[in-house]
Amino acid sequence: MTAVAEQGLRETAFQRFLELGFPTTHDEDWRFTNVAPIARMGDRLRFSPLAKNGCLSPGFPPEAQQYLGKYAPFQNHAFVALNTALFRDVTYIHIPRGQIVGEPIQIRYDSPSEISHPRTLIVVGPDAHCTIVETYSGTGSYFTNAVTEIVAGSGSVVDHYKVQLESSSAFHVGVMFASLGRSANFSATSISLGGALVRNEVSVTLSEGTDATLNGLYLVNGAQHVDNHTSIEHAKPHGTSHELYKGILDGRASAVFNGRIIVRQDAQKTDSKQTNKNLVLSDEAVINTKPELQIFADDVRCTHGATIGQLDAESMFYLQSRGIGKQDARSLLTYAFAQDIIDRIKVQSLKDSLERVLFEKFHERAH
Amino acid sequence: MALLEIKDLHATVGDREILKGISLTVNSGEVHAIMGPNGSGKSTLAQVLAGRELYAVTGGKVIYDGKDLLAMPPEDRAREGIFLAFQYPVEIPGVSNMYFLKAALNAIRKHRGLEELDAMDFLSLVKDRMKLLEMDQVLLNRAVNAGFSGGEKKRNEIFQMAVLEPRLAILDETDSGLDIDALRTVAGGVNALRSPERAMIVVTHYQRLLNYIVPDYVHVLAEGRIVKSGGKELALELEESGYAGLGIVDEEEAVAKL
Repeated sequence: MTAVAEQGLRETAFQRFLELGFPTTHDEDWRFTNVAPIARMGDRLRFSPLAKNGCLSPGFPPEAQQYLGKYAPFQNHAFVALNTALFRDVTYIHIPRGQIVGEPIQIRYDSPSEISHPRTLIVVGPDAHCTIVETYSGTGSYFTNAVTEIVAGSGSVVDHYKVQLESSSAFHVGVMFASLGRSANFSATSISLGGALVRNEVSVTLSEGTDATLNGLYLVNGAQHVDNHTSIEHAKPHGTSHELYKGILDGRASAVFNGRIIVRQDAQKTDSKQTNKNLVLSDEAVINTKPELQIFADDVRCTHGATIGQLDAESMFYLQSRGIGKQDARSLLTYAFAQDIIDRIKVQSLKDSLERVLFEKFHERAH
Repeated sequence: MALLEIKDLHATVGDREILKGISLTVNSGEVHAIMGPNGSGKSTLAQVLAGRELYAVTGGKVIYDGKDLLAMPPEDRAREGIFLAFQYPVEIPGVSNMYFLKAALNAIRKHRGLEELDAMDFLSLVKDRMKLLEMDQVLLNRAVNAGFSGGEKKRNEIFQMAVLEPRLAILDETDSGLDIDALRTVAGGVNALRSPERAMIVVTHYQRLLNYIVPDYVHVLAEGRIVKSGGKELALELEESGYAGLGIVDEEEAVAKL
């Protein structure tokens, strides 16, 4: 991308951001998530386009330039537009054709300033294998506005993990777009534990015979709000998608799960399953869960289900009847609820550290 | 002093009275069988003693080891030595049998002022007790009762009892759903745990279990009251003449189980 082209992209994106403005709860996609606190922060900071001539280093690989901005459409998304206009660097990962990377690739975004726009571009060649772990963290009050683009070539195997551990007073909007090739095998796991106001978006487009798995775990307490929007688009025949999102809500916290599944007319023999389960531990916590199926093909199998429940009274009694105290029984059952998402994590170190984090969270809540 | 003294116990679920004045005294070392048709209140009695909140105690009292049992939450009753072998053991996906049992044992030990067992000591205790029930060690690492067969669940209950070593064990229809081989194994485990320091209340619909776990006393429960008490020969009497012989209607299928 020449500096001129980059500048053009940024200017168009910034113009689009100005036209769109921050979304409000009148926008269907943001009905349950009020981003006014972020907008106020934006007003105060007065966003302005970066200086002319772009800021990508001259060494930014020319072959990557054809991908950047191509998979993350900003026309209808103010935050993506803002990121595209203002990101400073791009974390670029390229796995060439056929290459198998055994060790997980760790990307850590520790918030550097009051506002940041982390941008990640992951290009996986045909038949290549890799695992990516993106971790977001920080201290104090700040806003992280992240965009990740993934292109997975045909026959590739890609496991992506997003671990959101932002500070308890942070705002986080993280949007991921993945374009998946023919017969690619892709999984995206979203673990959302931190932040005051959080929006996680995962948007994947499948090709012929693509297999996509979307797993998610969100944990909210206090006055936290976490919104998970996922979109799975079956564009070609014989695609398979499995989605399991689980939420644990306590205190006055609120959460949203919105799972969109689009099956295009051409995508016959699609097999898609979506499940959202929520465990509500307090009377004041609120969950809004909504499946959104748009099916234009006729020979497909799509199932979806959502549950909202409390801790099972019989299980509580069973544990207590063995001498386990009420609070310990609660934390044990809460932990157990999250267990199957943790079990599906293939990166052992991540699994271990999350088990520790969750155990401490439930334990401290119990005592 | 009696280990357990139940005096005129009344309990309801919703606005339905299920226990209508039960009195029963159990001493250490004794095995009491409580028999009765479905809906007579047997399981309710077992669950009320273990502290299930679903039932409201509306009258009477229960003194256990000199203490007011009904004032204790379920976990304290367990820590004081009461164990209920569930009629329908609960499946708890995501919690391993091993972790669960260790947490339970250590909670009880802590309450009794004993040191918590470390992983090694716990494992050797568990292995020892598994032999008693001929349990497959694979089950230990599985989630609590999840995907267990009916027989495995019942075996797991008695195995837990063997590990937790209660002073008063209440076995709620431990025989239901067991084939004859499993019944022999489970009963063998129970018999091995009989001791002068331990009492048992064996709740059952059928006499069959009592061929293997021979009680000292038999009580017949009907419509929330003990209508007859006697020695072990009472069970045989029931076997021959049925509950009808005592003038009790056994609405086997008619009464919806709670």
